[in-house]
Amino acid sequence: MNEKTKKRKKKIRWKRIWPFYLMALPGILYMLVNNYLPMFGIVIAFKKLDFRKGILGSPWAGLDNFKFLFASADAWVITRNTIGYSIVFFITGTVMAILVAILLNEIRAQKMKKTCQSLILLPYLISWVIVSYLAYSYLAAEVGLFNKGIIEPLGGTGINWYNEKSYWPFILVFVATWKNLGYNVIIYLSSIVGISTDYYEAARIDGASKWQQITKITLPLLKPTVVTLVIIALGSVFRSDFGLFYQMPRNSGTLYPVTRTLDVYVYQALMNNNDFAMSSAASVYQAVVGFVLILVANKLVKKYESNSALF
Amino acid sequence: MRTREYIITQILAYVVCGLAALLALLPFVLLLIASFTDNNWATANGFSYFPEKWSLEAYRYIIGQWEVIGRSYLMTIIVTFIGTAMSILVTTLFAYAITQREVPGMRIISFMMVFTMLFNGGLVATYYTYVNYFHIRNTIWALIVPNLMMNAFNVILVRNYFTNNIPFSLIEASRLDGASEFGIFFKVVMPLSLPITATIGLMAGLGYWNNWENGMYYLTERGGGHLYTIQVILNNINENIQALLKNQSIISGLHVELPSTTVRMAIAAVGILPILFLYPFFQKYFVKGITIGGVKE
Repeated sequence: MNEKTKKRKKKIRWKRIWPFYLMALPGILYMLVNNYLPMFGIVIAFKKLDFRKGILGSPWAGLDNFKFLFASADAWVITRNTIGYSIVFFITGTVMAILVAILLNEIRAQKMKKTCQSLILLPYLISWVIVSYLAYSYLAAEVGLFNKGIIEPLGGTGINWYNEKSYWPFILVFVATWKNLGYNVIIYLSSIVGISTDYYEAARIDGASKWQQITKITLPLLKPTVVTLVIIALGSVFRSDFGLFYQMPRNSGTLYPVTRTLDVYVYQALMNNNDFAMSSAASVYQAVVGFVLILVANKLVKKYESNSALF
Repeated sequence: MRTREYIITQILAYVVCGLAALLALLPFVLLLIASFTDNNWATANGFSYFPEKWSLEAYRYIIGQWEVIGRSYLMTIIVTFIGTAMSILVTTLFAYAITQREVPGMRIISFMMVFTMLFNGGLVATYYTYVNYFHIRNTIWALIVPNLMMNAFNVILVRNYFTNNIPFSLIEASRLDGASEFGIFFKVVMPLSLPITATIGLMAGLGYWNNWENGMYYLTERGGGHLYTIQVILNNINENIQALLKNQSIISGLHVELPSTTVRMAIAAVGILPILFLYPFFQKYFVKGITIGGVKE
């Protein structure tokens, strides 16, 4: 092969592959704008931000912003709420979803099965703003169905739901489970449908009861799915569903101790108080701890369910 | 064989699943009924599944305010269409490019994409970047670009679909026929990828239709009021009520017009109507999307 053909070969190669770079370009640009530039914005947390000077021109603040954050009583409350709700949501969500999925799979009438599945998925399709309107029609102190339609006609005194802390952990868990049930049921249902009928056939011949089939076949075979989802949930335990925690309590200050999570805190510090110091510190705190958790989770996935590893 | 056990299981299944379905449905029914309830009756007696006085007042009000509501509706539709189209295009092109493992650099680009799932700058940095460097505030791009256009999760779904379902021989054959790479993508790959395109398109479309965060972050009443979508309006009504409750004395001087409770319910009902209407048609693709993506999220 002489010089000339070598050169030509290289040229042809580039001619063939340059379109792929062009195809990737919009996506790359988008990631740069939406994901990577903001990553550098993290330095805001270490600056005393002065808008006129921009990020780079502002004086450094060292770890002062973090010191202020962790010195406040909020830091502990929002961390506890974020992690606590993540864990409880996962447990109730999984238990309910497996229960409904197993029973849905037992229903023989196809029409009933389809209708149920469609309806259960409905809440997943709407925004948290709409959910807050739905909840308001039940919980509003003056016009809500709970007070006006149930409690007061029975002779009780109406409850000021949006000012009563003690109910909110339950309300939030209920609403989160309600909204995501359909999604989770579909995941588990697809796993259950994937289980070979031979197992059940054999069990029936051996005289196993339905209950035994569920506890001895279905549940053990769902374990890999659950393990994967547990590990993924572990990776996102430091994230909270902003829409849920922001929309549902309708910004009621008395509820903050039980409803405010990291995401809500970051938003409120930023938008309501224009406090770049606190909000960026909380934001970075969340991003860094979340990053570590995901790495740990991915390590665990690799160990137990290597097929589901993220990278 | 109808043993006792079979019957018990069936009853249990019907009761539990029926109850779950009913719980999912009932709030929507109450919302609809509330929007048709006479406002005075609702104020006195609260919302009810069986109101004694019905009224079309709320919807008449909405039609009277059509300049605002209708425009926000149109805005929602425009944003959803442009956003979904751009999202599908960017995501599928990118996913197809990174399946080309022999092209130098694609592995790094792939990793760049996965890394966005692991780490992010957070709201503050994202907000600052978009507002100060891209001047996105009060433009339509504020509703289309931030966070919604492409995500790693959808890219992975599409990439997996391409590698598993598009026969390489077909692409090679088109190449030998002299088709360009873009020609192959649009004429060979995309037509074979309709199911996955429909799935991610639906997810993106739903994301755009339901999005209120971007409007809340990047639009202001004065400069961006004409860009409000239905969800942003619904969120703003909430915020105004909360502001009123919080600083009654400060705001009382200001003129903040608040729609009555039943009107609010009617706007919410109008906001979800298209979803309820289209749901039966897109359900299949949606369920498929969850099934193939669920565990990999």
